[in-house]
Amino acid sequence: MSVVLEARNLNKSFGSVVAANDINVTVNRAERLGLIGTNGAGKTTFVNIVTGYIKPDSGAITLEGRDITACEPRVITKEGVCRSFQVPQLFLTLTTAQNLAVAIGIAQGQAFSPYATIDDAMAEAIDALLERFRLGDYRDQTVSELPGGVRKLIDIAVAVTRKPKVLLLDEPTSGVAAEQKFALMDIIMSALDSDVTVLFVEHDMDIVSRYAQRVLAFYDGRIIADDLPQAVLENQTVKMHITGTAG
Amino acid sequence: MSSRYAIPLLAALTLVILVVLGKLLPAWCVFLLVTAFAKGLAALGLVLIIRSGLLSFGQGLFYCAGGYGAGLFMLWGGVHDAALLVLAGGLVALVLGAVIAPLLAGYRSIFFATLTLALSMLAHGALTKADFLGGSDGLNLRPPSFIGFQPANSTESVYALYVFACILVVVFSLACRVHFNSVRGLLSLAVRDNEIRVEYLGSSVRRVISENFTAAAFLGGIGGALNAIAVAHIDPELAFWTTSGEFVFVAILSGYLSVAAVFASSIALEFIRSFSSQYFPNAWQMSLGIFMLASILFLPNGIGGLLQRRKKRMKGNKPA
Repeated sequence: MSVVLEARNLNKSFGSVVAANDINVTVNRAERLGLIGTNGAGKTTFVNIVTGYIKPDSGAITLEGRDITACEPRVITKEGVCRSFQVPQLFLTLTTAQNLAVAIGIAQGQAFSPYATIDDAMAEAIDALLERFRLGDYRDQTVSELPGGVRKLIDIAVAVTRKPKVLLLDEPTSGVAAEQKFALMDIIMSALDSDVTVLFVEHDMDIVSRYAQRVLAFYDGRIIADDLPQAVLENQTVKMHITGTAG
Repeated sequence: MSSRYAIPLLAALTLVILVVLGKLLPAWCVFLLVTAFAKGLAALGLVLIIRSGLLSFGQGLFYCAGGYGAGLFMLWGGVHDAALLVLAGGLVALVLGAVIAPLLAGYRSIFFATLTLALSMLAHGALTKADFLGGSDGLNLRPPSFIGFQPANSTESVYALYVFACILVVVFSLACRVHFNSVRGLLSLAVRDNEIRVEYLGSSVRRVISENFTAAAFLGGIGGALNAIAVAHIDPELAFWTTSGEFVFVAILSGYLSVAAVFASSIALEFIRSFSSQYFPNAWQMSLGIFMLASILFLPNGIGGLLQRRKKRMKGNKPA
């Protein structure tokens, strides 16, 4: 399996708080990784460093061997690392279709042509995405009027318009009713291309067990376990610090 | 009718109606419309900036640059053709805007607004002291020609200028309408809504803001040049903060959703100011203030928002 993303010796502190403590991770192409840990363990900091929102104090991130540590978020996005957010980051006054039009326009390089309209090809691309994410019913509704779960899906749909190599999902099921979490994850996972590498931050261990092929457990800015889901969830240190199920 | 042709056809029809209307209206009214169109063009530029979530209090700078560009092109360059003068004014403002835009694109909210205001007032101060440009008195211009046509009297001149102004308004309105409907137009609204997401989609927010600001400068210059040849005079007051304030007034009254609303608001402002100063010479600013207050209270999204709401309602009533 080829390595797509690699983090080497990442360190990041915010004053006296150590958010990343010598993080070393190698991610293979098409892998589905679950990132678990309590609040403040360093999961989102890791996602933010990978996507360029935060620069590490030391260490490096490489994407297919290229160093992207110092790159701006938009450059990293163009390189193929896209993300969704814990709180969906959308264009609230636009409709679902318009949100996707902006995203597709940027991805296809049409966004800076002053008169490029939503032509038939773009409309088809929008409709295909809406269908993949089962958002057809919300096509022409303004995003500010939509429920949280739908916004989560749009946030991810918007992120995949660039056909990313690596997709980072920050708590895709947070704020969604417990009985809808699996349905939401089913839609997300079935909508993604099989060759996309997915890293998702998650607190629900049932979700992690079902959808992750490998799990990284964060605690106090460190990775305390990196293995198959079952092995990580049965790890005593993980049980003690994260899942709280130690005997 | 295909929606692709609907907007250009509507624009052509509007132009015909405006040209015919000019023949029917009294000369004073026609002149008032020309000045309203000039300010409307500058305010349309401001709307471009507002669509990306910022407000400029310095649009007067480009209005002034356009006016001086056209005026000096006439006085120093010996050019009298209205189209060339307006183009010159627009280009001077465009270049100025392109130089300033990258510097301002990193600022937001009150900082952006204040910086634009500061630059505008800086230009006002400099022009006031520049004796070779007429100082605070400014410079008088001569009547222009129109692609070889030299009006024989003032009535002809006003009407010719009015037709010319109508063409400018329709052409730039059409360009802006098509742009508003484009993906790039949506991108401006996207920046207004969520800069973080725009960056995380791989686009540059600074570039969007710089481009909008430069385009706004160009429209401000076109408006300033049109105003300069209409009143045959340029002076530093064009860059004074009250001039920029008028554009802000028009932009707030119109909202950012409709191009037609911008010109409707500009016409409303000119007529209110004209009638108020005639009937309440000592209190016309108050009537303007009341009008502004009412529009903010009852039309939070401006006249454009009202038009949009009606359009949506009509769409909703249509049988599927």
